[in-house]
Amino acid sequence: MTMPKSENNMQQNIQPAIEARSDQIDAAYMKNVHPEGWKNPKPAGVYNLVVIGAGPAGLVAARGAAALGAKVALIERGAIGGDCLNVGCVPSKTLIRTARTYADMRAARNYGAQDPGVIDVDFQMAMERIRSIRARISKSDSIKRLSEEGIDVCLGAARFSGPTSVVVDNQTLHFKKALIATGARPMIPDVAGLNDAGYLTNETVFDLTELPRRLLVVGGGPLGCELAQAFCRLGSQVTIVQDEAMFLPGEERDAAQLLSGSLARDGIEIRLNTTFESARREGTSKIASLRSVDYASTIECDAILVGVGRAPNVDNLNLEAAGVRYDSAEGISVNDFLQTTNNRIYAAGDVCLEHKFTHTADASARIALQNALFLGRKRLSSLTIPWCTYTDPEIAHVGMYVREATAKGIAINTITILMHDVDRAITDGEEEGFVKIHLRSGTDQILGATMVARHAGEMINDVTLAIERGLGLRALSKVIHAYPTQAEAFKKAADAYNRTRLTTTLKFLSKRWLAWSRGHL
Amino acid sequence: MKNLEPSDEDLLERFQRAAFNYFMEHANDENGLVADKSTQGAPASIAAVGFGLSGYPIGVERGWLTRDAAAKRTLATLQFFWNSEQSEDPFATGYKGFFYHFLDMKSGKRVWQSELSMIDTALLLAGILVVGTYFDQDGANEREIRHLADAIYARVDWQWARGGQATLRQGWKPEAGFLHYGWEGYSEAIILYVLGLASPSHPITDDCYEGWTSTYQWENIYGQEFLYAGPLFIHHFSHAWIDFAEIQDPFMREKNCDYFENTRRATFVQQEYARRNPYGYEGYGENCWGFSAGEGPGYKNIRIGSKTRQFFGYTARGVPFGPDDGTICPSAMLSSLPFAPDITLAALRHLSSHYPQVIANHALPSGFNPTFQSIDPTGLVTEGRLGLDQGITLLMIENFRSGLIWKLMRQCPTIANGLSRAGFAGGWLK
Repeated sequence: MTMPKSENNMQQNIQPAIEARSDQIDAAYMKNVHPEGWKNPKPAGVYNLVVIGAGPAGLVAARGAAALGAKVALIERGAIGGDCLNVGCVPSKTLIRTARTYADMRAARNYGAQDPGVIDVDFQMAMERIRSIRARISKSDSIKRLSEEGIDVCLGAARFSGPTSVVVDNQTLHFKKALIATGARPMIPDVAGLNDAGYLTNETVFDLTELPRRLLVVGGGPLGCELAQAFCRLGSQVTIVQDEAMFLPGEERDAAQLLSGSLARDGIEIRLNTTFESARREGTSKIASLRSVDYASTIECDAILVGVGRAPNVDNLNLEAAGVRYDSAEGISVNDFLQTTNNRIYAAGDVCLEHKFTHTADASARIALQNALFLGRKRLSSLTIPWCTYTDPEIAHVGMYVREATAKGIAINTITILMHDVDRAITDGEEEGFVKIHLRSGTDQILGATMVARHAGEMINDVTLAIERGLGLRALSKVIHAYPTQAEAFKKAADAYNRTRLTTTLKFLSKRWLAWSRGHL
Repeated sequence: MKNLEPSDEDLLERFQRAAFNYFMEHANDENGLVADKSTQGAPASIAAVGFGLSGYPIGVERGWLTRDAAAKRTLATLQFFWNSEQSEDPFATGYKGFFYHFLDMKSGKRVWQSELSMIDTALLLAGILVVGTYFDQDGANEREIRHLADAIYARVDWQWARGGQATLRQGWKPEAGFLHYGWEGYSEAIILYVLGLASPSHPITDDCYEGWTSTYQWENIYGQEFLYAGPLFIHHFSHAWIDFAEIQDPFMREKNCDYFENTRRATFVQQEYARRNPYGYEGYGENCWGFSAGEGPGYKNIRIGSKTRQFFGYTARGVPFGPDDGTICPSAMLSSLPFAPDITLAALRHLSSHYPQVIANHALPSGFNPTFQSIDPTGLVTEGRLGLDQGITLLMIENFRSGLIWKLMRQCPTIANGLSRAGFAGGWLK
């Protein structure tokens, strides 16, 4: 919104105060994640567990082990919290929230509210909110807190010196067991001129101080789609380039198509089946050359954001010395128990998993911890892993896709509920999307589900629970869902399934019984 | 055909005749090419030619065209396709037996840098098989028609069209090779696979069809269990030539259904979507539905009331997942006649009584959009008519009235062989 003049003056007067507060926030954050002057503790004799990497997987493992009485060292070369806290989920979801607010303001009339008129976006305010929230969340995993829990936190780069030892900051740590949880980093496409032209990744985009007027997003996966939409809603003129036929490859076609429609409605220029061939700098602008089949074009922009995937952090760990097999693209090789080729060393999280999510890192770390320290035999393959892309609407999935079931010879029936049939979605003006529940044909066994809804990330958990605990769709129909909620879609799905079981014979018998009971009961 | 009111019979006759006339008015008599669209300067669409060829026997049987005239038009068409250039030259008419999607109406050469289209070639070939079956008499023209029909079909290299993949590719360009459009899920392509499987010279293997059907998704939407596809034309195009009633492939056997019944259910889903009208478009209702590929008001975002409406130009509209911009495709609605006659006739009567501008001279436009009309009183009806719309209307009304095309194709060994190789059995295939 445009401020009145007097408020603008006030804004100028309080600017130094805001900057000072920003500095305080940043200082508090750094104190939590990588304090200046931190002195690594003197190594214990032999650790039960040395964890390399203090991201979601490393933190879960280290804290879990320490809580159970293990002697634990946790090594981190960057910031405690890993990608998720520092350059991943936390800042991106914070920015998405701000962007969604602006989108809602522009659509105010759709919600029966007055149109606020011209909307001025304050990008710096949005970025400060990111820093503030990041600092707040960093408290729960601060280095001080970890130390108080009995964990030896060592800052510095780790390097194996043998099958049972690792060196950090010139000190050797000996271990009975180790866990590699070094995560992953943005993959950079091999595009001519890109380095010279300059680009952003998730590791740098949240450091922006000015909103790019024209933004080219390369990659139509979750990161690319989420940030393309967020920056568009904040006011950037966004073009998204995807070298495949649809966004979110591997996701259900209908979900990906709905997302395309949604991004287009936001005003994003969509280039599917298009490759990013080269980049160059021209004055203050960047020029990107694109090709779609036989059509070549160029785009002028102010910033290029790359989101084409993630590469595991396996370099400089001297894994050879530890006898740990790895691949620079696939990451560390692990078996179903998350054990590497050195049976004393385990891996968890992005460095070894196909599904690179915070919650998968967390779940895999719990498995690795139990298997490493308590002779556990927990399997990675036993996990039911949901995921969500936090666009608007969100796209969430758990379990099997139909194509995966078909490939295994399993016939599928899908129950589809449209969000426009769910009362709460209608009252909230959030009718776009669907819930699809994939059942083993002829049964109510849930094998998978895909959801497109504004809060699909929240809703998917119901189905994850059902799959994990072996609950069928009929069991879900017996769960009373609070009305009105968008999760009522599950009850509707269960009702739809129950109706398919009403065969002609059953209907006939029921009708006869009711006719008879009218005269006799 | 069910018993019709005289007024309904009259209505169908008028719409069918108007659709037939498109192929008389927008074809080049010398080479048989049919314009993609009625607007001035439109190129030919090979699929529209396939519909046109299929329509000539209808014209003969209905007394709208003499058999001799139909044979001459047909022969000119087949001679053009047999003799036109087949090469990698970007201005050829075709390659590997397939043809480019759009051709110059006069020269017959590729235009618009269009793709060598597998599905549009299949629709053309379906028409060629119709005339190859229908013209069964002993005159010189009819003999040559049969000879050329066999030759054009046998020339197609279906195996090449897999592009080294498990399933058939959607298109190819001399400048870029095979296209990668992610052509998955149920589509209008059954006719394509049936023709590819039955080829006497370059057939695809049986696993190719299985590979395609493995991408199907069987869904329960609005209480209808069916093989999902959003746009209605997908549920019609292969059915224009093949009577799928009571014949089943392995997928449909497992679901205890058939593709004819599936299209009936898809039609009811369309009707139900319009009845629910979740996005509040003008005009939608139980007698006003039909969401398919076609023209629209054009690409623009316009605020109407409290909502910003997004309108499209030519796009494949579908339900229930969209895209939907308030545009109804009347030919798609009418083409459901054989599958769901009661609701289709009710919708046709509604169209006739409520939208006289749409049915002027009974020549159906590609689309009409009452929501757009609310901001532009002259913008109800989309510009021009599409050959595909006219073709599917012509064939489906005939299939409803007499079953002529279905009967002809039942007699065509290519269709029966292809269906059998795809695993179809039962019904008329016994």
